[in-house]
This record gives sequence, C-alpha cells and structure tokens, in this order.
Amino acid sequence: MAAGTTVESMTSATAEGMAAEEFARVADGHRVRIFRFLLASTRDAEMAETLTQETFLKAHRNWSRFRGESSAMTWLMRIAINLQKDHWRNRRLQFWRQTQSNAVDVNEASDWLPSNQASQEQALLAREQVGHVWRAVEGLSERQRTVFLLRFVEEMELSEIAATTGLSEGTVKAHLSRALARVRAELRGKR
Amino acid sequence: MSSELQNGEEMQLEPELSQALGHFKASVHGWSNEVWSNEVWSRTMESRSRAVRPARRRVWRLAVACSLALLMAVGAASGLLYERRQQQVLATMQHEQLLQQQQQMTQQRQQAEEDLLAKVESDISREVPSAMEPLAQLMTTGGTETASANQ
Repeated sequence: MAAGTTVESMTSATAEGMAAEEFARVADGHRVRIFRFLLASTRDAEMAETLTQETFLKAHRNWSRFRGESSAMTWLMRIAINLQKDHWRNRRLQFWRQTQSNAVDVNEASDWLPSNQASQEQALLAREQVGHVWRAVEGLSERQRTVFLLRFVEEMELSEIAATTGLSEGTVKAHLSRALARVRAELRGKR
Repeated sequence: MSSELQNGEEMQLEPELSQALGHFKASVHGWSNEVWSNEVWSRTMESRSRAVRPARRRVWRLAVACSLALLMAVGAASGLLYERRQQQVLATMQHEQLLQQQQQMTQQRQQAEEDLLAKVESDISREVPSAMEPLAQLMTTGGTETASANQ
C-alpha cells in the first residue's frame, strides 16, 4: 500500500513537472506574440507588459484545464483579449485614471519602421501610410480593432480569429470588411 | 473590394492598401521587438538594482516619517498656543464686561439717590407752604382781631 502510494505520488510529481515544462515551453513560444498584440491594441508598453504577465499567470493557473481542443495560441490569445476588455472596462469606471495613460500617440507609433526602404522618399511614404492605418485603427470599435490586428498584424486565419474571439466567421468577415473600409477611406483622405 | 471578404477566404486587396498594411505590420513588429528587448533589458537591470532599492526606500520612508512628525508637533504646538490666546482674550472680555456692569450699577445707584433727594426736596418745598397756610391765616386773623381790640 505504502509502495503504491509512493509510486502514485512520484507519478503525480512527474506529471506535474512535465506539465510545468510544457507550459514553460508554450509560454516562451507565444509570449512575444501576445505582447505584440496587446501593445498594438493599447499602444501602451507598460500596460501591454502588465497584461502579458497577467495573461500567462492566468494561463498557468488554468493550464491543467486546457484540453488542447484549440491551439495553445488561440487559447492564450482569448485570455489576453478578455483581460484587455476587463482592463478597459475598469479603466472607464475609474475615470481619474484616464490621465495616467502611457499610451503613445499615433505619430509616435508610426516611428517604428524597418530600415529596408530603398530611399528616403519611400521611407517617408511608408511612415505616412503607417500613420494613416494607425489613425483608422484608432477609430475602430474594440471588436473591429481586435479582429483587424489579429488578421493583419498576427496574420491569423479567419477560422482562428473566430475561435479566438468567439465570433462566427461571418461576423469576423463583416468586422474586417468595415475595418478595411475605414483604412481605405483614411488612405484616400490623405490626398 | 470588401466583397472578397464576404465571398471568399482569400482577400485580394488593391496594391496601395496591401502595401500600407504590410508597412503597418512591419512597423508594429519592429516596435514590439524594440520594446520587448528594452523590457527584458530593463527587467535585468531592475533585478540588479533591487538590492540598492530597499536602502533608498528606507531613507525615503524615514525622511517622510520625520517630516510628518515635525508637522504634527508644529500643529499641536500652534493649536495649544491658539487655545491659550483664545482663553486670554475671553478672560479680558469677561473682565471688561464685569467692570461695565459695576459702572452701570454705580451709575444707577447714584441716579436713584439723586432722584430720591430731588423728590424729598420737591415734597418739602410743596408741603411747607400749605402746612404754614393755616398758621399764616391764623396769624393774619389774630393780628386783625388784636388791632380792632386795641382800637
């Protein structure tokens, strides 16, 4: 009986160790992507960092419940989106915190450009375009923005976006369509 | 152009939009990578400087505690001084009131005495002639009778 208990506890410890290892591997593989999505959604590096930490803390707590029905990325992204929603909801209620936001403005966000443009004119044009897209993104609803960023920054498939956001594929398409229309209008408006 | 989203999985975007979205994606990736590497770097630095922080925090706490204690002491002292001053002012006012009351009472007493004296004087000045009148009459009639008797 005692031997059985020892074996059971050893098996359980081994399983826990394996689960922890697996979680660490998954977290390492997806941390940057989750952070990037949260950074693009909030334009606030500190907030993105905090929300990323919260996402992985929550995921760690619930890791045993993750059945692998969806991909780990979809599961983690869903947690991140929900935390982000909760955060904005709380922030709206605590109106005096609005002033403490560290979000950078659209122009500052457009500063980051890879230096693979052939000429200075091209770099300037690229920066302008990025600025217009940011302005359009700023005007989107929370859901449209999420769908847009998942599609065009994270390059997720429509089915993945639907699984992540809990929306139907049709709704995802509709949101993307509206978001693109806005980006288009913003790009045309520059002329 | 939005119809491609409703009808098919593949999105055919016009070149300019496609280019803008490509730049946007590259920009967000670049930004995120830079911030992420800075975050990792700053976290490393933070863990290094963590040992220094508590001492600094302790000094700050001590300074804040001292300032608060000083403020409280000054507040208490000025409160006491204010209280004392108020008591002095109150005592002076009470003393002045008492003096005024005494003065009023003295004045009233003097007034009453003067009134009484005036009344007595007026009574006397009015009573004496009327009391003396029969005597005067008597004297007048007595004088006449004596004169006629003498005649």
